[in-house]
Amino acid sequence: MTGLSATKKRTLAVVSAGLSQPSSTRMLADRLAAATISRLEEQGYEVEASTFELRDVAQDIMNNMLTGFPSAKLEAVIEKVTGADGLIAVTPIFTTSYSGLFKSFFDVIDNQAMAGMPVLIGATAGTPRHSLALDYALRPMFTYLHATVVPTGVFAASEDWGSGADAGSTLPDRIERAAGELAPLVAASERSTQVRDPFTLDRSFSPIGGFQAQ
Amino acid sequence: MADMQFGIFTVGDVTTDPTTGRTPSEHERIKATLAIAQKAEEVGLDVFATGEHHNPPFIPSSPTTTLGYLAAKTERILLSTSTTLITTNDPVKIAEDFSVLQHIADGRVDIMLGRGNTGPVYPWFGEDIRQGIPLAIEKYALLHRLWREEVVDWQGQFRTPLQGFTATPRPLDGVPPFVWHGSIRSPEIAEQAAFYGDGFFSNHIFWPASHTAKMIAFYRQRFEHYGHGTAAQAIVGLGGQVFMRKNSQDAVREFRPYFDNAPVYGHGPSLEEFTAETPLTVGSPQQVIDRTLGFRDYVGDYQRQLFLMDHAGLPLKTVLEQLDLLGEEVVPVLRREFAKNRPAEVPDAPTHASLVAAAERTAASDTAASDTAASDTAGERTETADAADAPAASAHNPSEVAR
Repeated sequence: MTGLSATKKRTLAVVSAGLSQPSSTRMLADRLAAATISRLEEQGYEVEASTFELRDVAQDIMNNMLTGFPSAKLEAVIEKVTGADGLIAVTPIFTTSYSGLFKSFFDVIDNQAMAGMPVLIGATAGTPRHSLALDYALRPMFTYLHATVVPTGVFAASEDWGSGADAGSTLPDRIERAAGELAPLVAASERSTQVRDPFTLDRSFSPIGGFQAQ
Repeated sequence: MADMQFGIFTVGDVTTDPTTGRTPSEHERIKATLAIAQKAEEVGLDVFATGEHHNPPFIPSSPTTTLGYLAAKTERILLSTSTTLITTNDPVKIAEDFSVLQHIADGRVDIMLGRGNTGPVYPWFGEDIRQGIPLAIEKYALLHRLWREEVVDWQGQFRTPLQGFTATPRPLDGVPPFVWHGSIRSPEIAEQAAFYGDGFFSNHIFWPASHTAKMIAFYRQRFEHYGHGTAAQAIVGLGGQVFMRKNSQDAVREFRPYFDNAPVYGHGPSLEEFTAETPLTVGSPQQVIDRTLGFRDYVGDYQRQLFLMDHAGLPLKTVLEQLDLLGEEVVPVLRREFAKNRPAEVPDAPTHASLVAAAERTAASDTAASDTAASDTAGERTETADAADAPAASAHNPSEVAR
């Protein structure tokens, strides 16, 4: 493996919490991924993208919630997501917020594992009246996880899939703008090449106590 | 008791039997626990360990009371805990309670320390759960000294200072109970166990084997790092969870309602998923034997195997039948099979007698050292680096370095 090819590979994780198949949530996730990948490829990056429908691991997520550990299938998904150079996370808006499945997935992930992750958030709903859920629900959640959320979140209401250039900022425009914000962060990321050792002890840790105990 | 120890550990939950809807009273559950422990000795098991909890629906809030009674009612079985809360108990009281128990039980006592994961217990005892690790580290450092030093002057973050304090009574024969540190997922606790050359117990039963394998490997590596012996000489204990009937189909049919409604994993994964992902084994005695022997493949030869047998609302009668199967059909085979191909360097499970013998060897070599040339001492020290020596031999030098 040459140094050049090693530095030019990036991984992108795409998480969709859409429930129907096909779903407009997945459609939005795919569009965001394609736009991001195409920008990275223009800059000479080879992108390995992995897309996960949370429906496929829905029972595993709830089992993890109850038992405290992920099934092998869910663990593989979590490793791909947390080890990626960037994440595109898209949820339907249910009852004014992210879906419970979407939240549950991030609830069972170690709350340190998303630190520094470049994230593009997206959401879908029946009407544009829910669009602010991106900024009052998804963005604070990723901020809590110390992820780096790009300024543009992409919301697609049903009507966005049928509106043209006369609608002002169209869905394709927003997708392109968001991808343009995410791609440079993914390009600059070293996350996928980092080795994470769960047994690394905090530098200040001492097995006899690090305080004034004597 | 040589080689490996086999026993049971209890959580002490008062749980409704899902097949009858009947919930035992606290009194019944406490008496059942005593019956179960005595049965464990009767069927030839080596260890009985009780948990410690301070909230309903659990009954074991006072482990040394229970173990003191059992000390009088039993003759051979080693009495232990699973776990004693090092975070919220006063280490002075732990030192005293377990020293008294040691004298009452003629040394048939050891202790497993754990942090506890019930949030409100910390504030109920005046502590902060966010300080769980620092509490475990500092309080054990004090406990370790109280058992070894006649007069202790101490000051720390989490307890009122001590000046000129002597924990009484002194440990039996001057040898403290062997200490196991239990943790599911904190490498800090494995590090602590390794530092002192103490035992490390992995709960094992609610998590995938791959996780346990990594924790034990880490502990073994750190045990060697701190100079207590080779990684293979570290003192390892594992939990296990089984339900048996002669025919495995009967075991599955009978246990399923208990599994489906159990406090820890109930209403989550199926019995089949959980048995595939964790060490839980529901089947025939032979299946339990095969699965348990497989533990060695990913943790190495180890010293103590404890089974959880009495939770999730299983009635006493059933638990006693399970102990008959465990003692008569499973453990004798496990003893024989685990002894095969066990490398000579792997230490036997620690007992009071082995710790006393180790302390006498250390004292003898120290006397010899003061009489003879220093080169002899160096040779003696490296050769007697078996794990049983480690707590006495190791406690001071690494801490000097750390300071």
